[in-house]
Amino acid sequence: MINASIMTFNILNILPILVLAGFGMIVLVTDVLSSRKWVNRNILAYISLIGIIIAAVLTRSSTGTTLFSFNESFVTDNYSLFFNFIFLLCAGLTILISHNYIKREDINYGEYYALILFSTIGMMLMASGADLLNIYIGLEVMSISIYILTGFKRSKLISNEASLKYFLLGAFATGFLLYGISLTYGTTGAINLKQIASFIAEKGGMSDPLMVIGMGLLIVGLGFKVASVPFHAWVPDVYEGAPTPVTAFMSVGPKAAGFAAFLRIFLTAFGSSHLEWQKIIYILAILTMTLGNVSALSQTNIKRMLAYSSIAHAGYLLIALVSANDMGVSATLFYVLAYIFMNIGAFAIIIVLSRKGDECIQINDYAGLGFKHPLLAIAMTLFMLSMAGVPPMAGFVGKFYIFSAAIKSGYIGLAIIAVINSVISVYYYLRITVIMYMKEPAREFVPLTISPLMVAAIVISVVGTLQLGIFPSKVMEIAQRSILMMR
Amino acid sequence: MINYLPILILFIIAVGFAVTNIGLSAILGPRRPTREKLTPYECGIEPVGTARERFSVKFYLIAMLFVVFDIEVIFLYPWAVVFKSLKLFGFIEMLTFIGIMLVCYFYIWKRGGLEWD
Repeated sequence: MINASIMTFNILNILPILVLAGFGMIVLVTDVLSSRKWVNRNILAYISLIGIIIAAVLTRSSTGTTLFSFNESFVTDNYSLFFNFIFLLCAGLTILISHNYIKREDINYGEYYALILFSTIGMMLMASGADLLNIYIGLEVMSISIYILTGFKRSKLISNEASLKYFLLGAFATGFLLYGISLTYGTTGAINLKQIASFIAEKGGMSDPLMVIGMGLLIVGLGFKVASVPFHAWVPDVYEGAPTPVTAFMSVGPKAAGFAAFLRIFLTAFGSSHLEWQKIIYILAILTMTLGNVSALSQTNIKRMLAYSSIAHAGYLLIALVSANDMGVSATLFYVLAYIFMNIGAFAIIIVLSRKGDECIQINDYAGLGFKHPLLAIAMTLFMLSMAGVPPMAGFVGKFYIFSAAIKSGYIGLAIIAVINSVISVYYYLRITVIMYMKEPAREFVPLTISPLMVAAIVISVVGTLQLGIFPSKVMEIAQRSILMMR
Repeated sequence: MINYLPILILFIIAVGFAVTNIGLSAILGPRRPTREKLTPYECGIEPVGTARERFSVKFYLIAMLFVVFDIEVIFLYPWAVVFKSLKLFGFIEMLTFIGIMLVCYFYIWKRGGLEWD
């Protein structure tokens, strides 16, 4: 017999998600009504932004508590709330940078905003999932929306190709994840993370080889979503083919959500047998960082370069997972937040400089930008320095926390490899700056039209990058508080 | 692992049964093909052309829409069975569900998903 009062209480826990879902549907309905005189398609972006802000306020209001709902399959704690905040920020910034872009590219459909909202719902579900099935459902909601968004430029072949590639490989990876879930369920008899943890603790470790295989398959499925080597092959092509704001969105959102699930599954469910998976993730982290950074060196297309750079960043984040301590978790939270600001900021600049039919994505297209548009060039330099990990930017502090987490757990060799990688990455990030300031313009820069929304996005990104870099302690404090409730 | 032995045995029996039967009928079965026998079976109607041609994407669209709304009806059945014990709560819950489906329906309708041309 279901107790109605308990159920309504549960609904309050998922209120931010419900609000986003509601606004997603409002956007869809408003869009189909927009042939009428009294509705304008331009307001869709604002409607979505209002939804995101309401969801963020609701998320903020429930901090400090740990509540389980829906038969303990959904958890609201500081960890999930911090991640929810990250996802909402990511979605909000994406909408700010897309508004003009999708109008210019003739893809101004309401579905665009609705899909971004729906995909954010999926990410929030993933971060709050307390059992494997809920995490899986969140992952699917997120992924399917992004498959569609990738192919949103329907008339462009490259966009279709990217979408199909992402869909096929993504479906395959989801299959691995599901096999992992079913093997874990088969061996432990539970899908709830806490129950899996207590089962493993009872048995005194992973005695059953099938359980280890299940865990390995979970690593494959989640590794695909966070774009870690060797499950990274889709990244460059998909990032290049997708509409630029969508690339910005999917280089941060799904990665953050993937890590949210990764950390929660592996630190709670498999936390007691961390020696089993740390070795695997250790190797993955080294491969991911190194391959990402080395491949990025030779790219001439800035979207592909940022794709490889996002692989490299996934590698840094995997280090935090390997260290498997509280500091690693809070470092991940901090780093993901910093990465949102710098990465979406960089993509915002790319969008500003592009025109219809001319994406302006060759790195040499940026020659002379420093003289023509000094403010944009300064912003781009900031983002690049931050990604390279130069103080006093957010990226530096994030890397510092991650590397110290690794050292704290005794992975000094890993930290050294990460630092070397970080040095390699300076080359290709700074190359853009050098080209902007030290080369003659290879092309005409047309007078730019920057919408107020775009200005807002760039300003937020710059402020975020600088603030997290110069005054990191406050956010770090919040991040540290976000891990206490986890176990 | 030993618990899975029956599954393995069942698996072997299932595969063996299928292979044996198909193999035996391929070896022993008489073959007297005629033109009528070799034409594809289309529910008794004479085939009008090859099946290897491009279909309009609208068929798939309609099929998908059908599946979505079909599933909605399937959800209504278990709800109807336990309707009395769920009381008002279940009713509101189902109204929300149907409301969401109505929004979807409205969206599809207005977007032209139900029009053939």
